[in-house]
Amino acid sequence: MMPELNPLEWLVLAILAAALALAFLRLSSGPAAPDRLVAADTLGVVATAGLALVAWLLGSALYLDVALVYGVLSFVGVVALARAIEGARS
Amino acid sequence: MRLLADLFLLAGALLCLLAAVGLLRMPDVYNRIQAATKASTLGSVFILVGVGLLEPGWWAKLVAIIGFILFTSPVGSSTLARAFHRAGVAVWQKGQS
Amino acid sequence: MTSNPAFRAAPARAYVIGFGTCLLAWILLTGTLAASELAAGALVALVATAAAGSRLTLLGGLRLSPAAPLHLVRYLGYFLVQLTLSNFDMARRILSPSLPLDPGMVEVHTGLRSELGRMLLANSITLTPGTLTVDVDDDRLLIHWIDRAGGTDMEAATRAIAAGFEQRIRGFLS
Repeated sequence: MMPELNPLEWLVLAILAAALALAFLRLSSGPAAPDRLVAADTLGVVATAGLALVAWLLGSALYLDVALVYGVLSFVGVVALARAIEGARS
Repeated sequence: MRLLADLFLLAGALLCLLAAVGLLRMPDVYNRIQAATKASTLGSVFILVGVGLLEPGWWAKLVAIIGFILFTSPVGSSTLARAFHRAGVAVWQKGQS
Repeated sequence: MTSNPAFRAAPARAYVIGFGTCLLAWILLTGTLAASELAAGALVALVATAAAGSRLTLLGGLRLSPAAPLHLVRYLGYFLVQLTLSNFDMARRILSPSLPLDPGMVEVHTGLRSELGRMLLANSITLTPGTLTVDVDDDRLLIHWIDRAGGTDMEAATRAIAAGFEQRIRGFLS
């Protein structure tokens, strides 16, 4: 069940969408692997907070667990990829 | 209460936008990490605090997520920066295009 | 305390702190203080602590004194203020059309001995205005500055930032 959103909250959703879109632009344009990785890291953190907001929008605390697990996986993924880059060239 | 929560959400969303703009504008990967990690960390913490004000029953889990982000976000950024540094990614100097 | 490096610290203390941390995480995740949940949490925390075993030496540098939680809160307050300042600084840089940057790398030594302490210091520096920890090698931290602000003594400026956090971290970590 979705709560009634006031204009301010719609604005928040629009800004978050713009932030995700811009970060995604960096993710897709690169130019090199490190730039993409930084964008992916940022997307992970923003998406974790976004999922908590989704939990409120959908009125279900279940999505908080989704947010937490997403955050953990995103962190582990970034660290693993960083290790891969570190090992690949040294 | 709802207004206060909305203000936190707005500040958080703006900081996330700032992180994304920083990602696009900064000239090299280290400066991008700097811009993105600071703004996205505080931004997501603000959003989580805003959600906590909207749903007071969720505080415990939100505090867990906030603590997690405050700890892992800088660790992830430092790990990335170290990997790039060890892989030989050069630091952008002033005056370079 | 400085003559007692983290890797030789009493493991018993590390187990107590490890158990406490696990139990706290359990309470935050379940969100209740009901006796049955607490009992289940204590059991899980016990198993997790036992399974982690010798790897808990990471927590060996933590201090268990009545004043430690107070120092932790003081550090967190300082940290949050710095984080907010760094965001204002970053917003100014990102949004100004000329993009005022003059990056450079500076090395700094830390007096913190425990691994966790150095990690916390590295984290704190990453989130303070204009600095990013790039590498931690023993007691040396490599810091990336976003703006060397021409002419100022970067070594001294970096030491000042590190010292501000070190002094506060020392209250609860060696």
